[in-house]
Amino acid sequence: MDLKLQKIIPQLITVLVVVLVFGFFTYNAQINMENRGIDFGYGFLSQESSFDVQFSLIEYDGSHSYFRAYLVGLLNTILVSVIGIIFATILGVIVGVARLSPNYLINQFAAFYVEFFRNIPLLLQIFFWYFAALRALPLPQDADAMLGVFFLTIKGLYVPAFIWENLNIFLYSIIAAIIAIVVIRIHARKVQETQGKQLPVFWISVGLIFILPLLSFLIGGVSLSFEIPKLKQLATTSFIYEGGLSLPPELIALTLSLALYTATFIAECVRAGIQGVGKGQKEAAASIGLNPNQVLKLVVMPQALRIIIPPTTNQYLNLTKNSSLAAAIAYPDLVLVFAGTALMQTGKAIEIVSITMLTYLSLSISISILMNWYNKKIAIKEK
Amino acid sequence: MSKINFLKPDKENLNTFLYLGSFLFVISVIDVFLNSFFSLNITGFLPSSLSFIIPIILGFIGLHFIRIEHSGYKFLDQVNKNINTNNFNAVLSLLIIFIIIKATPPILSWFLVDASFAGDSKDVCSGTGACWTYIKVWFRRFMYGMYPNAEQWRINLSFIALALLGSVGYFATEKFKKYLTLYYVVIYPFIAFLFIFFFISGGPVFFDFSYGIIAAVISIIIGFFIPGRFKFYYFIFVPITLYIALKYFIFYEELIELGKLDGLNWVETGAWGGLSLTFIISFFCLIFCFPIGMAFALGRRSDFPLIRYISIGFIEFWRGVPLITVLFMSAVMFPMFLPEDFFIDKLVRAIIAISLFEAAYVAEVIRGGLQALPRGQYEAAKSLGMGYWKMHIFVILPQALKLVIPGIANTFLALVKDTPLIFVVGLLEIVGMLNLAKTNPEWLGFAMEGYVFAAIIFWIICYAMSKYSYNLEQKYKTER
Repeated sequence: MDLKLQKIIPQLITVLVVVLVFGFFTYNAQINMENRGIDFGYGFLSQESSFDVQFSLIEYDGSHSYFRAYLVGLLNTILVSVIGIIFATILGVIVGVARLSPNYLINQFAAFYVEFFRNIPLLLQIFFWYFAALRALPLPQDADAMLGVFFLTIKGLYVPAFIWENLNIFLYSIIAAIIAIVVIRIHARKVQETQGKQLPVFWISVGLIFILPLLSFLIGGVSLSFEIPKLKQLATTSFIYEGGLSLPPELIALTLSLALYTATFIAECVRAGIQGVGKGQKEAAASIGLNPNQVLKLVVMPQALRIIIPPTTNQYLNLTKNSSLAAAIAYPDLVLVFAGTALMQTGKAIEIVSITMLTYLSLSISISILMNWYNKKIAIKEK
Repeated sequence: MSKINFLKPDKENLNTFLYLGSFLFVISVIDVFLNSFFSLNITGFLPSSLSFIIPIILGFIGLHFIRIEHSGYKFLDQVNKNINTNNFNAVLSLLIIFIIIKATPPILSWFLVDASFAGDSKDVCSGTGACWTYIKVWFRRFMYGMYPNAEQWRINLSFIALALLGSVGYFATEKFKKYLTLYYVVIYPFIAFLFIFFFISGGPVFFDFSYGIIAAVISIIIGFFIPGRFKFYYFIFVPITLYIALKYFIFYEELIELGKLDGLNWVETGAWGGLSLTFIISFFCLIFCFPIGMAFALGRRSDFPLIRYISIGFIEFWRGVPLITVLFMSAVMFPMFLPEDFFIDKLVRAIIAISLFEAAYVAEVIRGGLQALPRGQYEAAKSLGMGYWKMHIFVILPQALKLVIPGIANTFLALVKDTPLIFVVGLLEIVGMLNLAKTNPEWLGFAMEGYVFAAIIFWIICYAMSKYSYNLEQKYKTER
């Protein structure tokens, strides 16, 4: 009886405290909202938003609903995160490998990069790129074309737009190529297991991924043309580029700083992963007759990836969460559009902040569930 | 002298290759050097595209020639081993050397040579270099925010005093070492709080500050005569009791009225700012997030399912949302949750928000340390008859915390780097002040200088912290 009580009492007290705190908050919230004449509810999401967003991936203007504004913000957040993740990964892997280079200059250069960029607050870096570095770019009328088609100006980066015809056939051809590669890989493994022969899978895959889409151009009636941005005069001193795609400077500053900052952490993960594979593993692999390529592919990488991937996913998650700093330079992401403008207009603080937090929360929890599943799958199964 | 094969430098013709290679390499470096420092182009007679890549070609051939194994010259072998192992490495090394040479003159001229330091108005900044005058003029604003100039000695004095009190640990003799934990965990934060709250904030409450100091000093002096086993309870209860006694019974208000000094002017927290605010916020969040995080780490490993689930919920919630939304919450949502006439200062709200946020990260780091300890440690402690708290305080936590020093240092670094986000609640620390100064019509166009200045300051702070944590890690590394 004594023991049981000892187990129950601390739990009861904790739960009681939590319930009391939450109850206190809800009670106050109710009174406050009554006093201010605000009613709680999510009905406002279908109302007309009547504000404009300057950069949006889907069609949007003031006549659309608040829910659509939320989608615009969410898509912009995802856009920044995806671009940032791609660049951060490329840069991070290069720097991480460079830190292990036997070349003194290269590894010092990489170490300098890592130490430099990760010890400066991200917000400061975003401000630096947006307010200081990108402001030094030329005006649209003075900009020189890079490679003839890109225009990097103070108003953003203008790139040619792709104009596809029969895009779906092109996409089908890529999907077909991927399926074919998977089939060939499975077949190659079978051949190796039964006959001990190795098929040149890599070259077959490269060939397939190039040839099938090429065929779609030749036979499938797919065509691709470019729309090159052209300078257009709005007023005597005001110029703008028309046609093509325009990336606003906010997006450039944000992705640049997110990628440069997160790459330092990814580089450290990569370095730790490669260092984590024991020297004996490589020597053992070499001694059973694998060539250096095979050692890397079959022995080092699988083990290194097991160490690299979990912390790197964490960094991807951090990058996604850090993209909310967009609000500081007025890039219309979820926080700025929804928790900023929409909140100011409706005054529904509790509803909007809770939706915003829940969105981020579900994003991170789904990724971490995926991660745990992956970790379990690749973990070394010990007997 | 044997036959010379230029594709395969060997030891036989060492001197020929060495002189030829070094000559080519030096020529290429000199070419780039003259080009960038004196804008002289000694290969200008060649077509422009060729003259652009000629240093790389020359340097590459030069490095190829001096790549001779076991040459017998120690220096040459070192060079080959470090920057010249194969062709690919040689090109990369050359590129890095050239980039450094190319980048030095513009950076130097912007930072120093063409920069303006003198004067106190915008007019002196006409050159192409940086305008450090801007930093000089705005220096007080960047350091102290809107804090009145005449009162800034209070911030300085507080920080100096806290730094001195904080360094006590280095001078403590063996006898006092055992009290250091207590000092740093309980007494020091308390004194710091008194300093910040009563001294920097000022106002009529200034007297409370002196009571706090008196109470602390008296209780420490008496504390030495208290038997060891009661010390823990003594230091928890006696200083607070003394403080209350001083405030309400011994020097009660009417008594003060008689000889009341002019208290320090009250400065509202909205006026605080600049680097000092960065320090204040980092300091308090650091102090608060550690115990909270430790509690939740223990909670997550607790045997009681309800406590465990509550801890998991807390940790995963804060880890899943970005700090900026947490601050949004503290700014617009939190006031709705409080009774109507109850007002919490926005600085305090920001500190609470950041502390809870970072506590979740600290909790995960500490949990990592707890998990890394072998089961035997728990079992050994239990077999000695220790209870839960005794086991954790004396056996588990000291070992676990040692293991997670790097992780905790990283969390604290992240905390310091996150402080600029408080612009969301309307507080302006150094980055916020920079953005304010940038929009001043008299000082337009010096954004770059401001950001570089702040970046240098933050870099020094963060780099020093990471090096310190590395030293700490080395110091506490125990063989296991």
